[in-house]
Amino acid sequence: MKFFKTLGTKPWLHDGDVGAVAVDYSGPHIDAASRIALRFILVVVSVIFFLFIITFLARSQYPDFEALSGAPWQPFTDPSRLWINTALLALASAAMQLGVSGARQGKLNMTVTGISSAVCFTVLFIVAQLDLWMHLQSMGFYINSNPANSYFYMLTAIHGLHIMGGLIVLTNVVFRVWYDNSPESLGAPLQLCTTYWHFLLGVWLVLFALLTSRPETINALAAMCGF
Amino acid sequence: MQNVAIADQTVELHDPQTFITKYVWSQDHKVIAIQYSLTAIFVGLVALVLSGLMRLQLGFPDTFDFITPSSYLQFVTMHGMIMVVYLLTALLLGGFGNYMIPLMIGARDMVFPFMNMLSFWVYLLSVIVLMASFFVPGGPTGAGWTLYPPQAILEGTPGSDWGIILMLVSLAIFIVAFTMGGLNYVTTVIQARTHGMTMMRMPLTIWGIFTATILGLLAFPALLVSAIMMLFDKILGTSFFMPALVSLGENLDYSGGSPVLFQHLFWFFGHPEVYIVALPAFGMVSDVLATHARKNIFGYRMMVWAIVGIGGLSFVVWAHHMYVSGMHPAFGFFFATTTLIIAVPTAIKVYNWVLTLYRGNIQLTVPMLFAIGFIFTFTHGGLTGLFLGNVTIDLPLSDTYFVVAHFHMVMGVSPVMVLFAAVYHWYPLFTGRMFNEKLGKAHFWLTFLGAYAVYLPMHYIGLLGVPRRYFAMGTTDFIPESAFTLNASITVSALIVGLSQLIFLYNLFWSLRYGKPAGHNPWGATSLEWQTPDVPPHHGNWGKELPVVYRWAYDYGVPGVEQDFIPQNHPVTDAEHTAGEPEGSKA
Repeated sequence: MKFFKTLGTKPWLHDGDVGAVAVDYSGPHIDAASRIALRFILVVVSVIFFLFIITFLARSQYPDFEALSGAPWQPFTDPSRLWINTALLALASAAMQLGVSGARQGKLNMTVTGISSAVCFTVLFIVAQLDLWMHLQSMGFYINSNPANSYFYMLTAIHGLHIMGGLIVLTNVVFRVWYDNSPESLGAPLQLCTTYWHFLLGVWLVLFALLTSRPETINALAAMCGF
Repeated sequence: MQNVAIADQTVELHDPQTFITKYVWSQDHKVIAIQYSLTAIFVGLVALVLSGLMRLQLGFPDTFDFITPSSYLQFVTMHGMIMVVYLLTALLLGGFGNYMIPLMIGARDMVFPFMNMLSFWVYLLSVIVLMASFFVPGGPTGAGWTLYPPQAILEGTPGSDWGIILMLVSLAIFIVAFTMGGLNYVTTVIQARTHGMTMMRMPLTIWGIFTATILGLLAFPALLVSAIMMLFDKILGTSFFMPALVSLGENLDYSGGSPVLFQHLFWFFGHPEVYIVALPAFGMVSDVLATHARKNIFGYRMMVWAIVGIGGLSFVVWAHHMYVSGMHPAFGFFFATTTLIIAVPTAIKVYNWVLTLYRGNIQLTVPMLFAIGFIFTFTHGGLTGLFLGNVTIDLPLSDTYFVVAHFHMVMGVSPVMVLFAAVYHWYPLFTGRMFNEKLGKAHFWLTFLGAYAVYLPMHYIGLLGVPRRYFAMGTTDFIPESAFTLNASITVSALIVGLSQLIFLYNLFWSLRYGKPAGHNPWGATSLEWQTPDVPPHHGNWGKELPVVYRWAYDYGVPGVEQDFIPQNHPVTDAEHTAGEPEGSKA
């Protein structure tokens, strides 16, 4: 409730010592600033996916919506392919964590192994998602043949774009550390990237659960939201 | 992060040396602010010309051959979208936000200067994409600034081939730019305040910009989501928003989508957007009023609470834009109630502005005139908002000029009045010179009285039932002849107001060269931006030492002090300490 305490202060009073300063501001705060910025990024991305999901639930209540799971002929009644993709992303997340631990302990080999395998698994995840698109296409589940298909393609695409954005930032971090030749400064930015990776894994799990839900589950969720 | 210029200055600041790094690829928040502002003012002028063309058609129908029904709709759409998003949002946050935040909180720059620079260039890209739509086959979209599907992307609507795609892409790019800028603004306010600058010692300008930025970060995603989904509908043939349709006798491939879903998304962005524009304006006008009335702002804490409260409430009123779309009566009741509730903190602000003026030592300078003008226009716009917030009153008025008059008064004229107040108020800081007072006053009276000459009769013709969005009225029995005369008079007034902005532009450029040198702090203001060692502030803002803040930003008219103000960076004296709180400063 620090927020309310802050809002309750009376700035026109000169209490305390004459000339006292209220905020002690010292030392480099750039890591803290980056952490705050990352938190805001995560909030913004969450809002984006939250809104997509809300529209998904609203749209699911129209009669032409056919969930991608439930009946035997639907592609995600057996979601094993998706589990493979999920495993790839989870491995990428774990590898990032390994990289951070390496950077913290000053073990360069461990860091390099962690980051490079994370990049590999992440790229593999994107390729696997694209392959899944091809697979769906070959089964006749086109993007415009049903709103559930549209949502699948759109949400995976948006999620993939966020992952690619993460890859760009990670590349930037790694190259900067490389050029500065200062592996000790890698820890903090790598930690932020790792948080982002874990977050996108979380987002993917939510999307996975939603997109492979049976019609009854989707209807129940929609009912809870008042649709 | 590279190129960090954070307040403690552990990193050496490198002054940019070449013309390119100083003025083009600049990472200095002040240069970026000016780049943002000039771009925004340029598109704003385009939108102003478009409104002039619309008024010519409405005031003198059947006179101008080059204005066709299609081009009229395109003018309406582009005017609305440019003014709300590309002018007001960009100028208030990208322009003033960028310039003011580091200076007012005592920082050397934004925390992420590189991202700040990127934000401007991405914004410029969005403007270029938007402007490109004037030159593609079919021209810009004419779907109305709300871009409602299904008509926005269907054949028959002007610009349904390329215009709408460019508009949606441009909006998506703008949102990326805003997010990069916005992250900077909030992080800088949270993280880079100087010694002694507590949150509650920040000037209200910063509170307004800070809260508006958070609103933007949470609301723009809704526009992004709706733009992406509509692009899918348009390009890939999905049916998120598109219902089954017969167009020009042909069954389209769309089926089952929900146009109302788009409206919910759009207004979930659209209503907070009103406050994204209004809150920085509220903040800036508070500071202008306090400075030029030589009095502390009345009820500072209440003003901050009102800003935060309005910010929160702005997310639960969106459906009052959709009463005519049809909704459950309980929904209408809920949204009407929240709409009326949001009037409470807003009214608190208006009362506090008036009470700040009460028994103040009012200096009728040009910025003060605009600030007082704002109180008038905003109160009028706000009061008609109370009418329209009620479902039963909104239904008959929704599609008339009453609504046009209302929202132009509340979020067109009012923020623009504040922008003028702010430009005149901070012009000595930006340029080191004073503007021409006489030209400024002429500009004020023409703009202020002209705005009333435009919008008061517009309320009236709205009450008569004149429908908005129409290219021409034709023969309509229920509209009396006088409405046509009024329309002509509105057009003449609007053209005069439009042309009088040339005085403003002339004044800006003339004073840049011939204005009297302003010196330090010509208004006798307390806030930090006026306490810089150089005017205009140099790169890094504060010379060798960061300022230290000892007090709030509103110590005007303190008894027993030599001058009638004490800047924020002056230590508290023993006499003050024992004297207790200044009279009349309780929130």
